[in-house]
Amino acid sequence: MHEIKFKVNGVEQTASVEPRLLLVHLIRENLSMTGTHIGCDTTSCGACTVLIDGKSAKACTILAVQANGKDITTVEGLATAEGLHPIQEGFKEAHALQCGFCTPGMMLRAVELLEKNPNPTEEEIRWGISGNLCRCTGYNNIVTAIQYAGAKMRGAELPSTEPEFV
Amino acid sequence: MIKCKTSKAIGGMGHSVKRKEDARFIQGKGNYVDDVKLPGMLYMDIVRSPYAYAKIKNIDASKALEIPGVVAVVTGKDLEKYNLHWMPTLMSDTQMVLPTDTVMYQAQEVAAVIATSRYIARDGKEAVMVDYEPMTPLMDAHKALDADAPLMRPDKEGQTNNHIWHWEVGDKEATDKVFADADVVVKEHMYIPRIHVASIETCGCVANYNKVENHLTMYMTTQAPHAIRTVIALVAGHVGLTEEKIRVISPDIGGGFGGKVPVYPGYVIAIAVSFLTGAPIKWIEDRSENLQADSFARDYHIDVEMAGTKDGKIQATRFKVLADHGYTDASANPSKFPTGLFSIGTGSYDYGTAFMEADAVYTNKPPGGVAYRCSFRVTEAVHAIERITDIFAKEVNKDPAQLRFENFIKKEDFPWKSPTGWEYDSGDYEAGLKKAMDAVEYDKLRIEQAEKRKKGKLMGIGISTFTEVVGAGPSKDFDILGIKMFDSAEIRVHPTGKAIARFGTKSQGQGHETTYAQIVAEELGIPYEHVQIEEGDTDTAPYGLGTYASRSTPTAGAAAAVAARKLRDKAKKIAAYLLEVSEEDLEWEPGKFFVKGAPDKAKTIQEIVFAAYTNHPPGMEAGFEATHYYDPPNLTFPSGAYICVVDIDNETFEIKVRRFVAIDDCGNIINPMIVQGQVHGGLTQGIAPAMYEELIYDEQGNILNGTFMDYLVPTAVESPSWETGHTITPSPHHPIGAKGVGESPTVGAPPAIANAIVDALSVYGVTHMDIPITPYKIWKKLKEMGKI
Ligand code: FES
Ligand code: FES
Repeated sequence: MHEIKFKVNGVEQTASVEPRLLLVHLIRENLSMTGTHIGCDTTSCGACTVLIDGKSAKACTILAVQANGKDITTVEGLATAEGLHPIQEGFKEAHALQCGFCTPGMMLRAVELLEKNPNPTEEEIRWGISGNLCRCTGYNNIVTAIQYAGAKMRGAELPSTEPEFV
Repeated sequence: MIKCKTSKAIGGMGHSVKRKEDARFIQGKGNYVDDVKLPGMLYMDIVRSPYAYAKIKNIDASKALEIPGVVAVVTGKDLEKYNLHWMPTLMSDTQMVLPTDTVMYQAQEVAAVIATSRYIARDGKEAVMVDYEPMTPLMDAHKALDADAPLMRPDKEGQTNNHIWHWEVGDKEATDKVFADADVVVKEHMYIPRIHVASIETCGCVANYNKVENHLTMYMTTQAPHAIRTVIALVAGHVGLTEEKIRVISPDIGGGFGGKVPVYPGYVIAIAVSFLTGAPIKWIEDRSENLQADSFARDYHIDVEMAGTKDGKIQATRFKVLADHGYTDASANPSKFPTGLFSIGTGSYDYGTAFMEADAVYTNKPPGGVAYRCSFRVTEAVHAIERITDIFAKEVNKDPAQLRFENFIKKEDFPWKSPTGWEYDSGDYEAGLKKAMDAVEYDKLRIEQAEKRKKGKLMGIGISTFTEVVGAGPSKDFDILGIKMFDSAEIRVHPTGKAIARFGTKSQGQGHETTYAQIVAEELGIPYEHVQIEEGDTDTAPYGLGTYASRSTPTAGAAAAVAARKLRDKAKKIAAYLLEVSEEDLEWEPGKFFVKGAPDKAKTIQEIVFAAYTNHPPGMEAGFEATHYYDPPNLTFPSGAYICVVDIDNETFEIKVRRFVAIDDCGNIINPMIVQGQVHGGLTQGIAPAMYEELIYDEQGNILNGTFMDYLVPTAVESPSWETGHTITPSPHHPIGAKGVGESPTVGAPPAIANAIVDALSVYGVTHMDIPITPYKIWKKLKEMGKI
């Protein structure tokens, strides 16, 4: 067993863990924060994406012990007392989720993407989220949601989220 | 733009109101089955067969049982003692829960390990030693009926070969005659490969049997909780678990698409173990198990033929299908329709003669035959008809759009009787295709294509103008295990005018909490925000057959409208009483009844409901609630016109979908935003089988791509930016004129893409390619043809 100390969503945590315990299980089972999901066993789907020291990472492929001393953000930490994070607002406004299973991972990935590139093109967004699978939405609206959040964070004019029919 | 009858605040039909369910999903507060945690819960993992066909000589669990924390190892022999080692499939076939002597497909469940944690259960699984005697599996459906094929189901009395069923529809003699006399006959063999729905959440459950109460609560990933409760009662009734003692809860579901309709052995084992140990048992399969063992979709080998005149009039079609169901028929089809609704395959075209037949066989592949976001085998049929229509157009030298216009069923000819017995409710196919062609600028594209061809560039334009059939279904024809395919709604309005409505369906992302609330809002004028929707708990929701095959809006949505109308009738009586006028003097506008000619004399729905609890008319029953079980008079027939434009690199044969325009007609629209979202998602599950997805097996029965590393679910990069639009032809028989939309795009997109790719390659003389069409397959085909 290893004693580890880390922060989740700003709160100090300690845990005593087996060396083989995956970070995603530490979060979901030990801490009972179930917003982080598991969709595969090959690091392919991104449903487990969290931020570790601000960088998006697939928590199913990181050992809990590697989280020692790190600062982790999960979906539960996105909203603040002031309200939803712009990415959460964007996902709701643009109807970028259906079953919601990929959503936490997708949003956290997008947060880092926008951090690095506040005004990404559609192509940059598509490549930027290509490590995260969504089986429901067909991605169009996820692209819009990320553009919406980017605009909101930059203080720019928000893109339309009304359904556009040809 | 869609005209709305209600204000935005009420948010009835036609308003793109934001989804109510999103608040919990974007904050990580969804409650999926793996989030369920009960005191004393044990974890189950499953030992699976590495062989596709083998005798089990011995199972040695001793090493596993030595591991601290491993509580039990359960085998087929253990279940046999309680007669729980077999279960029925939804198609009245039978399936092993755990085998007692033979395994029939790779990844089949062989034993279950129960332990105090997920990790220990996995350790235990690795430590169970199984001694197999492998046999040569039957992997080729075409060889299943050969005299020397191994008999897959010796357990079934009277089963002397691997044939499961034969099905046919239409007039064989008349069809043969048209074919014999026709100017032009085209034919093609098409394989629609085995694919997997691969919802991002896999399947799983928590089975919690309470010995004291003799009561089972089953949290599980199911699209049809009520039907599943009945199935559990059928399987376990003999050990005392009768239906009133079973509560199935389907919590938030991370995508279903058909894959969460069947009963999988894992669920039954979890129940059995919970029953025997008294502890809650959690079983969550991992992705590889999900891809390798859960129900597949498709696997249809289709010979399709079309007969017509030289000038391009379609006269008849003939279909012959060989269906590979794997080791058991575990499809999820209505009982009387072993090929589902395949007979929609005569398409959107006006001709009177067709014949279809199908034979199903057993092989050593995993069982199934579920949908992949499509209603009961419609996708296979639509692919065949839309591809053969293009082949026919080529043969008679007509533009595929022109040929379609000349053969469409006309809008004034609905309701239209198809040669295979359907009565299409409504449609305007011409308007749809026109709209799609305008949006994509079809004529310009053909000019561009001609120019590109001169320069040796590969560009293709593909059309699909499909008719879907959804909303199963009318009880005279549709049942699952004898249970009629109605669906239900129960609306209860509280004294303050806020409502709760419960349904027999179960959303897996479709947004029922919003759209059902909008239907109630439309009919009663209660703001959608004040209508709480609940589904998925068999203890509280009225019985229904669940959500799949785009049936929620056609059945439960209709039930909501009818139940709400019952309440509106009651409201009218109360309003008349309160306003001291006769009912005939009242008129309704969303949210209130007012006296004709005196709009100030009015009672709002909230006032009326309050009166139902505080001051109801003498002789009237108090309260304000209604239930309706809706039995649809017919199915609904959504349609669409899709156009796909591809560019293919002439050296690498990389295919780029440059544009994809989808014009759907799903009748009246409840929420345009949600409909558009459904179409986007469906289109992505259309490009997936057209270009990327296929479950591939080798001759030994090994799956070659059973993980997400190599089973290619499209990412945002593979998915094009979809362009969508609508025509609106209401269903004449549906209470709100809606038809259902979730699956149309999955049905309509693959042939549009395949037609575009074949169109691009037609310069080489290519007339057909089986999906998924990949750069490698193109290279191989052209190589074989001697073109490169
Ligand atoms: S669970 Fe799929 S990448 Fe982590
Ligand atoms: S919303 Fe269902 S997987 Fe993305």
